[in-house]
Amino acid sequence: MKEEHKHKKTRRYGMVIDLDKCTGCGACMVACMAENNVPFREDETDKLLSLTWLRIYRLTNGKPFPETDICYLPRPCMHCEGHHGHSPCVSVCPATVTDYDWETGIVSQIYTRCFGCRYCMAACPYHARYFNWWDPVWPEGMKQYLNPNVSVRMRGVVEKCSFCFPRYQVASEKAHAEGRRELEEEEYQTACTQACPAGAITFGDLNNPKHAVYKLKKSPNAFRLLEKLGTNPKVYYISSREWVRRAGDNYLEHEFKEQKV
Amino acid sequence: MFPFSFEWVWDAGHMVFHGGLWYALGIIGLGMTYCIGKAVLDTLEGKGGHHD
Amino acid sequence: MDSELIPRGVKRCPLGQFSLWIGIVGVVLLWGVYAMFLCWFKGLNQTNMNDSYGFALWIWADLAVIALGGGAFFTGFLRYIVGKDELKNIINYAVLIGFICYSSALLILAIDVGQPLRAWHIFWHANVHSMLTEVAFCLSCYFGVLTIEYIPLVLENRQIDKVPFFHNLGHNMHEIMAVFAATGAFLSFFHQGSLGGVAGVLFGRPFGYREGVLVWPWTFFLFTWSAAACGPCFTILITKITEVITGKKLVKDNVIDLLAKISGWMLATYIIAKIIDTWYWAVVTAPSMGFTLMEFYSNNPFYGIWILFLEIVLGGIVPAGILITQKGRSSSFALWTAVILAVIGVSVNRWVMVLQVMAVPVLPFETWPMYLPSWQEVATTILPVAYGIILIMLSHRYLPIFPQEQELNP
Repeated sequence: MKEEHKHKKTRRYGMVIDLDKCTGCGACMVACMAENNVPFREDETDKLLSLTWLRIYRLTNGKPFPETDICYLPRPCMHCEGHHGHSPCVSVCPATVTDYDWETGIVSQIYTRCFGCRYCMAACPYHARYFNWWDPVWPEGMKQYLNPNVSVRMRGVVEKCSFCFPRYQVASEKAHAEGRRELEEEEYQTACTQACPAGAITFGDLNNPKHAVYKLKKSPNAFRLLEKLGTNPKVYYISSREWVRRAGDNYLEHEFKEQKV
Repeated sequence: MFPFSFEWVWDAGHMVFHGGLWYALGIIGLGMTYCIGKAVLDTLEGKGGHHD
Repeated sequence: MDSELIPRGVKRCPLGQFSLWIGIVGVVLLWGVYAMFLCWFKGLNQTNMNDSYGFALWIWADLAVIALGGGAFFTGFLRYIVGKDELKNIINYAVLIGFICYSSALLILAIDVGQPLRAWHIFWHANVHSMLTEVAFCLSCYFGVLTIEYIPLVLENRQIDKVPFFHNLGHNMHEIMAVFAATGAFLSFFHQGSLGGVAGVLFGRPFGYREGVLVWPWTFFLFTWSAAACGPCFTILITKITEVITGKKLVKDNVIDLLAKISGWMLATYIIAKIIDTWYWAVVTAPSMGFTLMEFYSNNPFYGIWILFLEIVLGGIVPAGILITQKGRSSSFALWTAVILAVIGVSVNRWVMVLQVMAVPVLPFETWPMYLPSWQEVATTILPVAYGIILIMLSHRYLPIFPQEQELNP
């Protein structure tokens, strides 16, 4: 937070997810787990105990057939900027474990410093933060397939989506070695973005006019989850369906209608 | 907790928070030092040696 | 057999009977200790907490015992700073109860964190903007103060007092106790408040979030206020229970009456502030986030509007009404009712500010998650109660806790 004013031309990495394209196939979730060494257990029935950095929600319009409609909504960490980096989780962490990075706009998490108080989980309205209730146990031979760039977490700490930050580090190092200061759009992409077969997820610098997300976020059908709370998230959603856009936030009886007029 | 932790910054928040903390700790520490020190001196002077 | 350790001029039950009761409570204590080790060695998967309930029974227990232990700082404040001299007859017990409450809170926190061996990170890497950091520092410091306040009492044991150094140390600590009490009041004001701030600052959780002044949400002040109001009620309640169990009057009525009266006025003013806060939150704060009041109290099997009624009317207005009247305080039944209701009221307040904050769905497409604690959570929450009973039994038997006991039981 203290470095806020040093970086006038900051990067703000973010996502735009087109919900009209998402089929709910779950490829993004699988890619995310493989990329980030997210552990799993034999029985994952209770989803409130599962670690899903990226989770797909199934929304319905609640109407009977034939008007019934569904929408799949992938939810990574929103990397909230709040007001001046005052994101819900960063400000509450007692041990400075999580931080808002002004160079990238990414909310980080230092696993080895986290002591598991879970205050950040209480603060996050998106349930984007997950606690390691168990030590990770990998099926035989799977350790060989862990991503060497991403540290494996131990029991008793909180973890969450990092926008594949280790990929940013690799890309930055390469750029530095080549004497460049800027990253090309395709040089740093998250695993979920690349895995999505429908091309529903677009990732890039929201501040950079050359990046696709810059234009996409300005779509009249774009919205963010729970904007009213002032969390200022960096994940945008697009949907041509009004009921989906309405499902993105809580509205009083009269509010949404007024907005549409 | 100490200025040599790397996340430390000399801003108002740190000064107010740690000012209050070290002030309270100082009073507790000095108070106990006084009590224990005086008890040692009193004992050496032979005070408090009553038996029932 | 242990008569040489028992204060002069008071009667205590036979050692055999005493040991039997210690043994019975000790079994409960051991059950809790077993559950505690299960949590430490196997991890928090022993609990029924989950990613929706990151805070649950333990954090409620922490907040509740700290509020109830608030009797120590507020009675100390009244005795040493305001100068209500009669309270010297109950301050020892208030300190002991506070000591038990705060040590319990620290123990529960040590079980609650995912990596207890890293708990020192909260001090070392302190984020001064977090309410929890403030709680950790002030709680630890104030526990130190309570220990300092409890030590002179231990040193007054008949045998320990014979040692000149201990006698002198106890005497010196008594002499400057006002300084420690003032520091304790300062620390308590902040950590009681910060515990209120824990939920109050969560702007992502409309049920808990409150506006406020500077960095402090209104819940900061409400928590300090309610702890000062209900802490002494808990002290009175435990004193009354001790009197029933020992079959003796231990504190004179005028002392209880004074504490109950002050507590009553604190509770009355608190509940007015709490009603204003609730009203403003219901009509301004929550609607600005897209919520109506009843959304927080419907469509779930447990959290109905009854809980707000229980907290504010039964646990606030009723006990305040009883305690501010002379007639209410002088009737034994009414006094018992009032202190029990006040204790329930503040505990319900802490419950909703932890559990209901977690339960209320914020994303429109989510539903209310429900939670029932596991036996390990229950056992580790009962553990401090057993420990507290044992410490009270030992202190009552061997230390001169109640200065008026001898006079009241000649």
